[in-house]
Amino acid sequence: MSAQPGTIASSSLIQEQRSRRDALDERLFRWLLMGCALLVLASLLGAAGATLWGGREAFATFGWHFLVSTAWDPGNDVYGALVPVYGTIATSLIALLIAVPVSFGIALYLSEVAPPWLRTPVSSAIELLAGIPSIIYGMWGLFIFAPFFADHIKPWLTSNLGDKPDDGKVSWLVQHVPFIGKLFGSDYPFGASILVAGIVLAIMIIPFISSVMREVFQTVPTRLKESAYALGSSTWEVSWDIVLPYTRGAVIGGIFLGLGRALGETMAVTFVLGNAMTLSASLLDPGTSIASTIANQFSEASGLQKSSLMALAFLLFVVTFIVLLIARLMLRQLARKEGR
Amino acid sequence: MNSLYLRRRIINWLAMGFSMLATLVGLAFLAWILWETLRQGIAALNPSLFTKITAYGADGGLANAMVGSLVINFIGIAIATPIGVLAGAWLAEYANRTKLGESIRFLNDILLSAPSIVIGLFVYTIVVLPSTALTHGSTTFSGLAGGIALALIALPVIVRTTDEMLRLVPSTLREAALSLGVPQWKLTLQILIRAARSGIITGVLLALARISGETAPLLFTAFGNNYMAVNPIDKMSSLPQIIYQYANDPGDAMHSMAWAGAFVVTMFVLLLSLASRLVLSRNKVSHE
Repeated sequence: MSAQPGTIASSSLIQEQRSRRDALDERLFRWLLMGCALLVLASLLGAAGATLWGGREAFATFGWHFLVSTAWDPGNDVYGALVPVYGTIATSLIALLIAVPVSFGIALYLSEVAPPWLRTPVSSAIELLAGIPSIIYGMWGLFIFAPFFADHIKPWLTSNLGDKPDDGKVSWLVQHVPFIGKLFGSDYPFGASILVAGIVLAIMIIPFISSVMREVFQTVPTRLKESAYALGSSTWEVSWDIVLPYTRGAVIGGIFLGLGRALGETMAVTFVLGNAMTLSASLLDPGTSIASTIANQFSEASGLQKSSLMALAFLLFVVTFIVLLIARLMLRQLARKEGR
Repeated sequence: MNSLYLRRRIINWLAMGFSMLATLVGLAFLAWILWETLRQGIAALNPSLFTKITAYGADGGLANAMVGSLVINFIGIAIATPIGVLAGAWLAEYANRTKLGESIRFLNDILLSAPSIVIGLFVYTIVVLPSTALTHGSTTFSGLAGGIALALIALPVIVRTTDEMLRLVPSTLREAALSLGVPQWKLTLQILIRAARSGIITGVLLALARISGETAPLLFTAFGNNYMAVNPIDKMSSLPQIIYQYANDPGDAMHSMAWAGAFVVTMFVLLLSLASRLVLSRNKVSHE
């Protein structure tokens, strides 16, 4: 607002003062707002910095060996990250293997197959799954799903796919396909295991992946789909050959978003992972993940152990940051394509 | 009917069948989880849960955890709401097409799904450790630290919804106000935020729903307390933390109390997400 030439000198002075005050207010307000926005940046940098600072002792003591060592021995004060890192990656990959096809099916159903009146209620129900706190998944996994798994699914897996079956007879499949026996062989009696943690994680990330997929499927121009239908394509062919290639980048982005969630999830996996600091090739044996190791041990840890836990948190943060960065970049490509 | 046509039809049927099956599986797990929470939670509900504290163990209740949860969530929302709304306003009004604005918006989306346990360790480093050092150990873990951790988790949710909702406000409103000579800060605070009010409230409710189930960051910040605490600089327990503790306890009585806590948290979260939907849909109707 600029001062107008006034008929009376004092009025013009007042106007000028006022416009100067407005400009000052404006500048202060702008700084305040920008400060608030920069807090977002500060908390990301701070989280990385704080965990790196906390973990400096562990990094200095163990060096690169920290990443490849399977040791986790508070008695001798020797720590390595490999067991929790392996657990985190294994559970997240199992979660993706299950969640990606199921999410694709759900997104396909909601965008192409379901009658229109059914779409909104079903999709809000699936989104409800995303709203349930992770500790509820953890409890359900611990008290309901893990026992169910141990009673009904695990015996079948160990006797048909594992190298340590209860009746001692190794199945034909295990004798002829390498590795599979190791993956499913276990004599651990309880349900808590890497596989169960992966399944619980899969249920947790399905709503995230499927809602991204459904959203991007709806961005496909109708004329593309209709052209394909007019040429005689089936619903499946339209989905697989038109919709999916058109949205490929964003679909991968959605999958990475789910992966980012799965990597950093704490409570749901802590309950069902069994918390064993040993490396086992079997998916039916208990394990641990970065987040659950921290949740279980941090309160009672001190010295080098605490520093090692901080170092683990730093690794987790960096890896999830990279995964989420890829996810957002992929998702942004689609937004650009639409001209948003 | 030739064989190619038949094969294509079969593949199509299989795919459609698979998509229906996938949806049913998703819904089945939702129903299973909700059903167990309701069944076990309602069975464990009794009045002493709301009146007794956790110090009595199996004979006690969850009163201090509920109060703690309310206090910590309140602190979290009270910190995150003003900061988040102002940051969102900056993104939408001042930095909409600038490089810095785009980067912050992008990083905010990453913070939205950053692992909450790392946020907990961050707040442990910047709040719990300094307060221990400053008070020579008399104040270590505190409800305030828990609230700050939850605020960092709520912040990106509020920033994002505010940003989105402000960008939906028609630009004619901005132009009308600016042409009357209203300074931009007044325009932002008194007109735009008011116009986007219901959207912003939705964001705050969603953020509250998000943080009220968070457990991981509270373990190293609010820590837990078996007695009633309302002073934010005391150690404080919260429902999710008590659920975590009781579910890991070997006793069955503790498990049923954990289920009761889980039931209360789930109901609270579901009601909040329902309320946020209502706020948004009511506003949509009034615009039309």
